[in-house]
Amino acid sequence: MNGLALHDLRVEIAAGERRLAPVDGVSLAIGPRECVALLGESGCGKSLTALALMRLLPEGLAITGGEANLNGIDLFALPERAMQRVRGGRLAMIFQEPMLSLNPVLTIAQQIAEALSVHRSLKGAAAAEIQRLLLAVGLPVDLAASYPFQLSGGQRQRALIATMLAGEPQLLIADEPTTALDVTVQAQILRLLKQLQVEQGMSLLLITHDLDVARDMADRVAIMYAGEVVEWAAREALYEQPFHPYTQKLFSVLPSTRRRGERLDHIPGNVPPLGTVFPGCRFQERCAQAWDRCRHEAPALYELRPGHRVRCHLAVEARPGLSRPNLPQSSEVEPPADQPALLQVQDLAVHFPIRRGLFRRTVGAVKAVDGVSFEIRTGETLALVGESGCGKSTLARGILRLIEPTAGSVWLAGMEIGRLDSEALRRKRAEMQIVFQDPFASLNPRMRVGDVLEEGMQALRPELGRAERKALVVRLLGQVGLDASAALRYPHAFSGGQRQRIAIARALAVEPKLLICDEPTSALDVSVQAQILNLLKDLQREHGLAYLFISHNLSVVAYLAHRVAVMYRGRIVEEGAAPSILSQPLHPYTRLLLASAPGQGLPQIAVFSEKFAQLGCPFAPRCGDVQPICAERNPSLDTWQGRRVACHLYG
Amino acid sequence: MSFRPEILWSDALLFLLLAAVLAFVLHVRRHEHLRAPWLRVAQSRMGVVTAVILAGYAAIGVLDSLHFRPALPVAAREPVQYGNEVLSVLDVLAEPLRLRVETTYSEPFALHLYAKENLSLPDGGQMRDYPRLKYGGAHLADTAGRAGDIAWRAAVGVLWGAGLAFGFWLLAALSQAWRARGFVPAITQLLRAPEAAAWRTALVTLSLLLVLGSVLGRLSLDYHILGTDKVGQDVFYLSLKSIRTGLLIGTLTTLIMLPFALFLGVAAGYYGGRVDDVIQYVYTTLNSIPGVLLIAAAVLVAQVYVETHPELFDTAAARSDLRLVFLCGILGVTSWTGLARLLRGETLKLRELEYIQAARAFGVANLRILSRHILPNVSHLVLITVVIDFSGLVLAEAVLSYVGVGVDPTMASWGNMINGARLELAREPMVWWQLAAAFLFMFVLVLSANLFADSVRDAFDPRAGGRA
Repeated sequence: MNGLALHDLRVEIAAGERRLAPVDGVSLAIGPRECVALLGESGCGKSLTALALMRLLPEGLAITGGEANLNGIDLFALPERAMQRVRGGRLAMIFQEPMLSLNPVLTIAQQIAEALSVHRSLKGAAAAEIQRLLLAVGLPVDLAASYPFQLSGGQRQRALIATMLAGEPQLLIADEPTTALDVTVQAQILRLLKQLQVEQGMSLLLITHDLDVARDMADRVAIMYAGEVVEWAAREALYEQPFHPYTQKLFSVLPSTRRRGERLDHIPGNVPPLGTVFPGCRFQERCAQAWDRCRHEAPALYELRPGHRVRCHLAVEARPGLSRPNLPQSSEVEPPADQPALLQVQDLAVHFPIRRGLFRRTVGAVKAVDGVSFEIRTGETLALVGESGCGKSTLARGILRLIEPTAGSVWLAGMEIGRLDSEALRRKRAEMQIVFQDPFASLNPRMRVGDVLEEGMQALRPELGRAERKALVVRLLGQVGLDASAALRYPHAFSGGQRQRIAIARALAVEPKLLICDEPTSALDVSVQAQILNLLKDLQREHGLAYLFISHNLSVVAYLAHRVAVMYRGRIVEEGAAPSILSQPLHPYTRLLLASAPGQGLPQIAVFSEKFAQLGCPFAPRCGDVQPICAERNPSLDTWQGRRVACHLYG
Repeated sequence: MSFRPEILWSDALLFLLLAAVLAFVLHVRRHEHLRAPWLRVAQSRMGVVTAVILAGYAAIGVLDSLHFRPALPVAAREPVQYGNEVLSVLDVLAEPLRLRVETTYSEPFALHLYAKENLSLPDGGQMRDYPRLKYGGAHLADTAGRAGDIAWRAAVGVLWGAGLAFGFWLLAALSQAWRARGFVPAITQLLRAPEAAAWRTALVTLSLLLVLGSVLGRLSLDYHILGTDKVGQDVFYLSLKSIRTGLLIGTLTTLIMLPFALFLGVAAGYYGGRVDDVIQYVYTTLNSIPGVLLIAAAVLVAQVYVETHPELFDTAAARSDLRLVFLCGILGVTSWTGLARLLRGETLKLRELEYIQAARAFGVANLRILSRHILPNVSHLVLITVVIDFSGLVLAEAVLSYVGVGVDPTMASWGNMINGARLELAREPMVWWQLAAAFLFMFVLVLSANLFADSVRDAFDPRAGGRA
């Protein structure tokens, strides 16, 4: 057998008397030149499986069972010294965070040379090989002498791949290699990985939580749940006809344009905590199709068809009379058309001064937000999309005056926020609230949930008495689907999704009209994301809330937003109704974003410089349709066919 | 009344500190997230053992801080006059030790003085020899019976200690009896139940301390177990008296330093900009002055003040006490910078966290953000730093007194003891016991404090027990 054969891997944590197994009997086979995707939500054991293969498990965890055979070498039986030669040699791994995986004090060339000398004993003739590797990963050769901090995120990930290729690996493990990267860079890196895998004849084990990435990359897919592989099939079979109820749910919770009017499906309950004893199927508590057998008997990995295995009793026992439950269809929430604008932002700019020298003289400014104008009506959702660093979050904080804007004005319900004195601003804050990205950082760990919710009421609704506040806390918790007893507990007792609900309840406590959501679901698993999106839609329908929804995830935007504004380098480059922008993007940057979204089979995307232009249109260096005028003048945001575009191609 | 309570400045501050600690304990008991790390401290054996030892030191220190002035014997119907000597409860308890003063040095458990004197013989002649001590082992007629006598008295001490320890065990069982529904189940629970492990450790340590204390106490009634110093004072008594000085330096300094460090550190981190600049300049400047010189200057100023205002201080104890408080103050002023810098960094990090941003989006006032969001989230840092700094300050006192800018020379302190022993170390045969006693007491205190700090740090380490 060539390639990797992993059989019945078990990883255990010694926790006192109990032995917890975060990975419990995982078997995989990866042929030569094959890409296998290991897919699952956080905590299902996919990263530990990879680390176990590398024998790099963190302290306290140990491999207690199973065999791994890589082209005839028994990985788990090797002595540590021999394993060191295998790691980075025939077995290599790239990690999620490229900045942490490269040594910051060595140049790229030195790091590649180290791998070359260890694994291929190349010392003198390494220079030519370094050049070849850099070219292979699409980096200019003159970057060899740069340090990691001089490179962009995408370039770092390419450099890391180059160091891994230096050992000529037979199997490359990529653990969420693009999760920390922007969507346009992700598309390039994924394409590069696929191309290298084919050209070099490597096997690739891709670990991801993203169904679309797996669809683009994998030949075969393994779905993991609670430490087990629950479905194992060729990609086409899996994506056409997922069999396991969990896999089916994973597909049905995904937001997209097609589901705009519908409520998203969701998986009830939570991932079982580590150490749960399962008498039957591990998924049965959350499964809509479970019956008695599921509760008492753990299913084996049945072979449904040749090459398609499923850990579900449905594979061997037909259950007639059980149809897939119909989801309650909610009609699309359309914002009332003739409402006056609730929020008006005019030429808003936030510049951060750059200070130098002993006396901190201002020598320039970072123009994080540079003249942004838009409106949001009551009950409307405006999505703000763009890559990291384009100024989305700064814009949100500038609107709320958490950061003082440099110029421009913000009008909320007819009042200009920038002119309010501090007391009037404080009262006005009740009308606009924010929900943050990281549910772990957005709740004070030292305050009970009840106190967290009451804080805003105390500050902004002093007319409420103690008893009224308590009653309101209970009602708010009910609104976001949490039990009233949650008020007495501390945030650490809740999961990420529950914390995000608490954060939403906290914002609702002061009855805002506008809710700014700063990437509220990007730190959450897809099944939890669906719950939060449903909640946001319900709240909008019931309370007529307006949302400014900041996101980089286009399918979430397509599902939720009425209008979309695309931001690039502190400016809005295109704005209009969501369906028309997402189906017919005008601005080249919007086109690039949409083309880069995963799930479209790795289209060739022209890679231009990642640099920004100082003069003229900032997007010009990356643009395929660049004209002479683009280098001279920055286009203004003009109306074109019912939307606004900032591009010289139009108008 | 035969005495008048006397509250010195340092006593008042110490009681304030005790009240603060008590309030903190009550506060912690009511909050689950604060209680959890302390329960982890209780689970570590080292934490419990060192806590009991520290509590023993603290008990002696507190006893020594209950001061009073005894009434002078006067004729009836005359107004009561109080003496100039300020005594403490510890002085009363250890009266035999305090009053049995020899003429000069004697070795531990010695029967004879360490220096030859002219002795008048019964026959009228004179002879130069080591005289018998006035008190140490004076009951022994035959000097050869010393070893047996010591062993016998030690055995009696062990019995006393065992009796006392047994009493404590009974007390502990009784206090649990109502919860365990009966006395016998309470005892079995105390001896067997895994939840009571911390109590068992504490009681075993306490029992050992009691036995040791009784043995020492019993022996010290008849011998100078750690010898006597140059003027014949019992070194064991001096060492006990020094505990209060050491503890006060360690804790009062913290009390004085904490407001500076908390307020300035957090303000610098939270407000940033000019406020941050000013605070940073202040502590950088303070740090750039050699600490010892600053302390020496301040102590000299205090001394001059005391000498020019004799009317303010009616007793010698009040004078030396003021110098102690002043020393604590100046140590506090010079030592807040480290913690302030730490808090500034942590606050800089916290300020950007989203829950602080959310609070600002609610228009919550800055002071309220500081008190509700920032302070509770830096409290673990404060606690760990305070416990670690404590032992450093105890040692600092010894060094400063040795250099001569520490506490008043008349005040019992380990630093003064070491300073006194300095010259005698060169003497042949050597006088070693003063130094050894000071080191022994300081060593046990500092080691316990450091080990306790270790358990506290481990318990508060978020990596050890998940997110606290």
